[in-house]
Amino acid sequence: MAFLTLTDIRKDYGAVTAVTDFSLTVAKGEFVSLLGPSGCGKTTTLHMIAGFVPVSAGRIRLDGRDITHAKPNSRGLGVVFQSYALFPHMTVAENVGFGLEMQRVSKTERATRIAEALSLVHLEAYAVRYPRELSGGQRQRVALARAIVIRPPILLLDEPLSNLDAKLREEMQFELRAIQRRLGTTTIMVTHDQTEAFSISDRVVVMEAGRITQVDAPYRIYEHPRTRFISHFVGKTNLLEARVTQAGRGGRAAIGGQLFAVDLPVQMVADAPVALAIRPEKLRLMEAGSGRIGGTIASRYFLGSQWLYHVDTPLGMLLAVLPNDGSIPHEEGESVGIDWADEAIRLLAEDEVAA
Amino acid sequence: MSGPGATPIARWAPYAMSGPAFLLFATLLLVPLLLTAILSFSQFDHHSGIKAGVTLQHYAVVITDEFYHEIFLRTLRLSAVTTLICVAVGAPEAYILSRMSGRWRAVCLLVVLAPLLISVVVRAFGWSMLLGREGLVNQLLELAGIGRQRLLYTESAVIVGLVHIMMPFMIIPVWTSLQKLDRTTEQAALSLGASPVTVFRRIVVPQVLPGILSGSLIVFGLSASAFAIPGLLGGRRIKTVATLIYDEYLHELNWPLGAAIAVILLIANLLIMLGYNRLMERRYRRALG
Ligand SMILES: Nc1ncnc2c1ncn2[C@@H]1O[C@H](COP(=O)(O)OP(=O)(O)O)[C@@H](O)[C@H]1O
Ligand SMILES: [Mg+2]
Repeated sequence: MAFLTLTDIRKDYGAVTAVTDFSLTVAKGEFVSLLGPSGCGKTTTLHMIAGFVPVSAGRIRLDGRDITHAKPNSRGLGVVFQSYALFPHMTVAENVGFGLEMQRVSKTERATRIAEALSLVHLEAYAVRYPRELSGGQRQRVALARAIVIRPPILLLDEPLSNLDAKLREEMQFELRAIQRRLGTTTIMVTHDQTEAFSISDRVVVMEAGRITQVDAPYRIYEHPRTRFISHFVGKTNLLEARVTQAGRGGRAAIGGQLFAVDLPVQMVADAPVALAIRPEKLRLMEAGSGRIGGTIASRYFLGSQWLYHVDTPLGMLLAVLPNDGSIPHEEGESVGIDWADEAIRLLAEDEVAA
Repeated sequence: MSGPGATPIARWAPYAMSGPAFLLFATLLLVPLLLTAILSFSQFDHHSGIKAGVTLQHYAVVITDEFYHEIFLRTLRLSAVTTLICVAVGAPEAYILSRMSGRWRAVCLLVVLAPLLISVVVRAFGWSMLLGREGLVNQLLELAGIGRQRLLYTESAVIVGLVHIMMPFMIIPVWTSLQKLDRTTEQAALSLGASPVTVFRRIVVPQVLPGILSGSLIVFGLSASAFAIPGLLGGRRIKTVATLIYDEYLHELNWPLGAAIAVILLIANLLIMLGYNRLMERRYRRALG
C-alpha cells in the first residue's frame, strides 16, 4: 500500500544535478532511511518532499494527493533539521506549541498536547526553558516533539542524531524507533551513518551521486550488497579480484590457485574478471594447516566484544573479525588456517556511478 | 595576556596602544562637551554678553517657557516618527535584500547605501526642489487633479528628509543581524504551517531584534540632533532643538542659553535611549542572550 510515492524525481542546480531518477514508494507506518555519503543528495531529496526545494521534474504523491507543487506550509509534514532549527526566542513549550497555534488549536487543547509531546520525549520539566539553556540531546528531543505534536502524516528527519555524542546517539536511536512505533508515523530519515540506518529502519535506500543504487531491508543490504561501493559503505569487507573459470549456476571463479564456488551469471565468459566479497566475520581462523588457505596474523586490534585481525594470505591481506568468546586470542606473527562457507561469498557488480 | 602574572610591559601595552585613540576622543568629544557644560552655567546679558558668575537661569528658562517645551516635543515627535518609519520600512527592506540572489543584491545594496556618499545638504536641497511650490511632486499632484499642496516647510517634509537620510543606519545593523539568522528556523516554521508573513513577524523579527534595536537607537539619536534637514526642509516655522541651538548661538548670540539647550538635549537623548535599551533588553535577554 503506497502512502508516499516519488516518481522520477529530479533536481538540477544550474548545471549540477543533485538528484536524478529517484523513484520510491513508502508504505504507511514504514521507517525508511536514505543512506549515502555526504553530498549524494539526501538532504535535497528530503527538502523536495518537504517542499522547501522545488522539484525540477517528477511527481510526489502523498496519500492519494499530488503534492508535487504544494507549498511547504500546506503539506503538514513534520520536519526535524540537522541543526534542530529551534526558535531561539521561544521557550520549549512555545516551540512545541507553534505548529498547533498555526492550526488554530484551542489554548486548552494546545496545553494538553504540548504536555503529551514533551512527556513522550521526557522533557516535561523543561517546558519553560529557552533552547540555549538545553543540552544538545535535549534540543534534539524538543525538535522531535515540535515535529510530532502536529500529528504529521510523515515525519522527515535530516541526520537527526549526527550532532550528538556516540553514547547519546545510540540511546536516541532506539528511543526514536520506539516513539515512531508507538505513534505509527511514516518516517523518512536521512543519514550517512550505516549503523544508524540499519539499527532502526524497515528499509534502507542507498544513494550515490544523486541516484538510488539499492533499496532493501537492512539485513539484505548488508548480506547482499549489489556493488563494490555499497559493500564498502555498509560495513567492512574483503574484496577479492577473481577470474571466471566456469559461468552459470554452480559456477566457479579462481584467484591464484584457489577456487571459489559462486553463482555466476551465464553470460560471463571464462577468464573474465569478477569482484567477489566476503565479510570479515564470515572468516573462521583455525590451526595452521587446516582450512582453505593459510596465513600469518599481521596485526590485531581489540574492540571489546570482538577481535579484529589483519591476516597476510596468498589472496592478499584479509580482514577477520572474531567474537571475543573469552578464549586466548591469536598472537601477531602466528600462522593460522582460514576457512569459510561457500554461501558467504558474494558476487559484486561493478560500480555504476563514479563516486 | 594581561593576567596577574603578566610582565609590566604586557600589562601597560593595551593602555599605551589605545592611548592615541583616547587622546583623540578626549580632545574632540570630552573637552568640547565639558566647555559647553561650563558655558551653560555662565551669566549672560544682551548688552555686555557673557559675564563672570554662575547661574541656573538658562535652565530655568528652558524648563519653564512653553516656547521651548513645544520645540522639544516637536523634536521628540519627529525623531520618534522617523524611527518608526525606518523600522517599518528598513527591516523588511533588509530582509528582502538578504533574500535576493547574488548580483541583484549587490546592485540593490548599492542603491540603498549610495546616498551615504552624498552630502546631507545636497540631499536636503534635492528634497526641497522636489517638494517646492513648483516642484515635481506638486506638478504631478496638479496633473492628477488634486491641485497644489503646501509640502515644503512642514513636519512631513522634515520626516521625509530624515527617513531618507537615516534609512541606511537602520538597514545596516538589521542586515548584520540577518546574516547570523539560521535560515532553517524559517523552513521549520513553514513546515509547521506558518504563512510567509507569520514567519517574518514571529520568527525573523524577534531574532533580528538586536539589530532593529541598535538601528533605532542610531536613527533616533541622529534624528533628534539633526540640523541640516530640519533647517532646510522645515524652514523658520518648523523649529527643532538643533536649529534652535543654532539660532541662540548665531542670531541671539546668547551662547550660554544655547549651551544649556544643548546639554538638556543631550541628557534627554541619553535618558530616552537608555530607557528604550533597558526595556528591550529586559524583555528579550533570556531568549537572545
Ligand atoms: N542550493 C544549492 N545550490 C547549488 N547546489 C546545491 C544546493 N544545495 C545542494 N547542492 C548540491 O547538491 C548536492 C547534494 O547536496 P545535499 O542534498 O545537501 O547532499 P547530502 O545531504 O546528501 O549531503 C551537492 O553536490 C551540493 O553541492
Ligand atoms: Mg545533508
